[in-house]
Amino acid sequence: MSEILDLGAREIARAVSAKKTSALEVAEAALERAQARDGAVGAYLTITADVAREQARRVDARIAEGASLFLAGVPVAIKDNMCLAGTRTTAASKILGEWIAPYTATAVQRLLDAGAIPVGKANLDEFAMGSSCENSALGVTHNPWDLARVPGGSSGGSVAAVAAGMATFALGSDTGGSIREPAAFCGVVGFKPTYGRVSRYGLIAFASSLDQIGPIAKSIVDCALVYEIIAGADPADATTVAREVEPALGALREDLKGVRVGIVREFDLASLESDVRAVYEQAYRDLERLGAELVDVELPTADYGVATYYLIAPAECSSNLARFDGMRYGLRVEKADVGATYEATRAAGFGDEVKRRILIGTYALSSGYYDAYYVRAQKARTLIAADFEKAFERCDVIACPAASSPAFEFNAKSDPVSMYLMDYYTIPMSLAGLPSLSVPCGYVTPAGSTNPLPLGLELTAPLFAERPLLGIAHAYERGTLHAEKHTPPVCHPERSERMRAESKGEPAL
Amino acid sequence: MSSPAAVAEPVLQVDGVAYEAVIGIECHVELKTETKMFCGCRNLFGSEPNTNVCPVCLGYPGALPVPNRLAVEAIVKAGLAFEAEIPPHSKFDRKNYFYPDMPKNYQISQYDTPFTLGGTVSFWLSDGTRREVRLTRIHLEEDTGKSIHAGSAGGRLGGSTHSLVDFNRAGVPLMECVSEPDIRSATEAVAYLEALKRTFVALDVSDVKMEEGSLRCDANVSIRPVGSSELGTKTEIKNMNSFRSVQRAIDHEVARQAEALSRGERIVQETRGWDEAAGTTIVQRSKEEAHDYRYFPDPDLVPIEFAATDIARLRTELGVLPQARLDRLIAHERISVVQAHQLVDTTGLADYFDQAIALTGAPQATLNFVLGELSRLANETGKAVAASLLGPQALAEIVDLTTRGAVGSKTAKDLISRIWSEGGSPAEIVEREGLAQVSDAGAVDVFVREVIAAQTDSVDNFRNGNERVLKFLVGQVMKASRGKADPKLAEERLRVLIAEHKLSP
Repeated sequence: MSEILDLGAREIARAVSAKKTSALEVAEAALERAQARDGAVGAYLTITADVAREQARRVDARIAEGASLFLAGVPVAIKDNMCLAGTRTTAASKILGEWIAPYTATAVQRLLDAGAIPVGKANLDEFAMGSSCENSALGVTHNPWDLARVPGGSSGGSVAAVAAGMATFALGSDTGGSIREPAAFCGVVGFKPTYGRVSRYGLIAFASSLDQIGPIAKSIVDCALVYEIIAGADPADATTVAREVEPALGALREDLKGVRVGIVREFDLASLESDVRAVYEQAYRDLERLGAELVDVELPTADYGVATYYLIAPAECSSNLARFDGMRYGLRVEKADVGATYEATRAAGFGDEVKRRILIGTYALSSGYYDAYYVRAQKARTLIAADFEKAFERCDVIACPAASSPAFEFNAKSDPVSMYLMDYYTIPMSLAGLPSLSVPCGYVTPAGSTNPLPLGLELTAPLFAERPLLGIAHAYERGTLHAEKHTPPVCHPERSERMRAESKGEPAL
Repeated sequence: MSSPAAVAEPVLQVDGVAYEAVIGIECHVELKTETKMFCGCRNLFGSEPNTNVCPVCLGYPGALPVPNRLAVEAIVKAGLAFEAEIPPHSKFDRKNYFYPDMPKNYQISQYDTPFTLGGTVSFWLSDGTRREVRLTRIHLEEDTGKSIHAGSAGGRLGGSTHSLVDFNRAGVPLMECVSEPDIRSATEAVAYLEALKRTFVALDVSDVKMEEGSLRCDANVSIRPVGSSELGTKTEIKNMNSFRSVQRAIDHEVARQAEALSRGERIVQETRGWDEAAGTTIVQRSKEEAHDYRYFPDPDLVPIEFAATDIARLRTELGVLPQARLDRLIAHERISVVQAHQLVDTTGLADYFDQAIALTGAPQATLNFVLGELSRLANETGKAVAASLLGPQALAEIVDLTTRGAVGSKTAKDLISRIWSEGGSPAEIVEREGLAQVSDAGAVDVFVREVIAAQTDSVDNFRNGNERVLKFLVGQVMKASRGKADPKLAEERLRVLIAEHKLSP
């Protein structure tokens, strides 16, 4: 039965809809596989077995009534910063304690309505702040390709669940690269739609002007399918855009004839390790081979992206996270008075990186500093967006690395700034609100290792150009078939056991 | 609220120099929308605690605000009513501070782009002076929840064992109206608040009840020598829970500052709370403890743009505004300040009056009926004038019948009470029941002779020079005629016939 889990979302939904199998059977298979593999990977913080079975029964009943559901019985992993009514929702923070979400996020609800089966809530960096998943306060997620390495972050659990075959697809959230970088690290497709395309209602906010939910899957086809289901205006989120979501599945293409791909002059591949550089050079040649015309474009302000981002995102998070105070829900460390209770609760509940960003943001918004930091960062953001707009006069999509390296080992980035720089290639697109995705583009094998590690090519399109973006990415994916060349060792149980024994053991939290 | 403020102000003196008070008012007015500012919860006063709540107004993780369009329109109307400017671009900002009754630990408010800028609030004082106070701005924000402190005397925080929070009020739309420091006395402050209240009630945007907390206000008070253009150091007075406490608190604070200056002390910039029982203001917070609210644009909400057509539409929805109405009644119709306020401050009365006077040529007679008989009946029956069966048309007919002398005043009053509850046409009732005033000397003489014959003692008294008894005799004629005799004519004929009577035997 478990072979069905290795099919794509469309194939599973078709099989369930045609009653060749039932949603409940798929759900049981997914739960069983999570049982078998998640011990090694640690993708899930909570396995939502009861919700999964209940939803599967509901889906089967609807199928029996003749309903047609695009995601009938398809197992999904949900990043644990999204609310699913009745399940523990943690944002991987101690401050939420055992908080049970009383309502369901809009994007999640749309998946449930389409018949998807939530297998579990996936690990992340605490409040989605991080690029390796190491900032989770609640668990360690390993990269399925090499358990000694990080899965990337912040959507580390989501990508690991998909890469390890424990979910057909996942929902992630991307603020500065949190879908794209981990997707590259784990060899799956991660897609961040235009800001405003997908409702944020029920997504625990990190930086409201940047946060965007998006799909993570093994193929562009599955990403396009999920995107069509979750996108669209939501009356509960004032920042969603009332603009028609053009069906992306119909626009998937097989070649790149007539497509102009922008190569950013400032993103010089010479700065990368030679094996990594070779993969990207090959990726650009593949784009040309498939019919694309490569054009040079400039993003002169992109270099300011990381600095700009680390003012705007912390400023917003310092305010967004103020509500976690021990008064109404979550952790409460009770002291003599309310002020002391606030302090003790927040001191015990938040991890170092979250505290660091709250401090930076509080400072950036303070009277006397606001104009120098926050206002200037907003101006820089406007300039970065303008640079992209200008670049898109000359090309249809921009191609660049999704990350400067493959997945690194645990504790490799002890200095916060070196971790922040992991998002160098993804942050500018987030600041500009652009649709952007990472698609597998090759592998490197580090010295002394036998495990190939995947790399991702980042493709970015103009605002609301999801349809052409997914179409172009599909042509690249089908024209290169990188995902089909290797499989993460964890997907082969006997190899996975051996791998685990060889790995350097459990990293410290 | 129905009578305008009295204006006898004591002269303020510091060391023999005349001083004046300089007062600005900030008030918070809860809008009476169906639902809250940023969610679909009901906006209702007096429900069981924490029953009108949802993930949004409780600040749950992941919940997002969506602005209430009608609340935004209400504040724009409020601004238009005071001829404020409505900037085309506006936005919401976050005001960050921690407090247990504030679910998100930030309040969605407006910092540098309020929905309305400027404007003027005008009001009349009982001596007939008209005053204007400039508005700085009106902005929209969400209300906080309400803390209830338990285990202490009088529900105070000090000494309490624990606190409870009711979030029903959290997220209720609140407009903050800030005035320029144009107010010169406690009396003017109250008159200013009454003018705001009158306007918001007329616009139907708020109940404006201080006792239910739908109007809350703080006053910034300072004093300076008369003629100075510099502002003295101000104190902010909070915790005033009625118009009466506004009057008392400001009077007290102005006197306190004058005494302090007389003693050679300096005024310290601070927040002071009004203690109703003690009748004094008490220091709450000094300037040094002032918050840094770290305002920034709320990224969960998109900027709000107003089209000129939206503004034009809202302007047409304003109706007749009390400010304009008072100006017209007092300055144009020459109605007294007190009577004009009685008309304007009773629901529907001014509309009714306007409709009635449009149909008669006798505003004063109409006013007397409206403020006399109609107000009495409204009080007695607990029914608004507009809800009675006596329409402005019928009242106008009665006024006309009276001024023409066709019916007497007693008949007019009877007609008003009858038609109030039963309806009907005054002219028809008069015709059918023969209530027309008897204005024919011959017909009146019949009743006059009857009275002279019956009241010989009174007639003698009158003959002996007691003029006052004539009123009694007129009353007797009215009684005999069942109110139909024209009282003026009756008096005239009494004098004539008593004189004749004396000669005849």
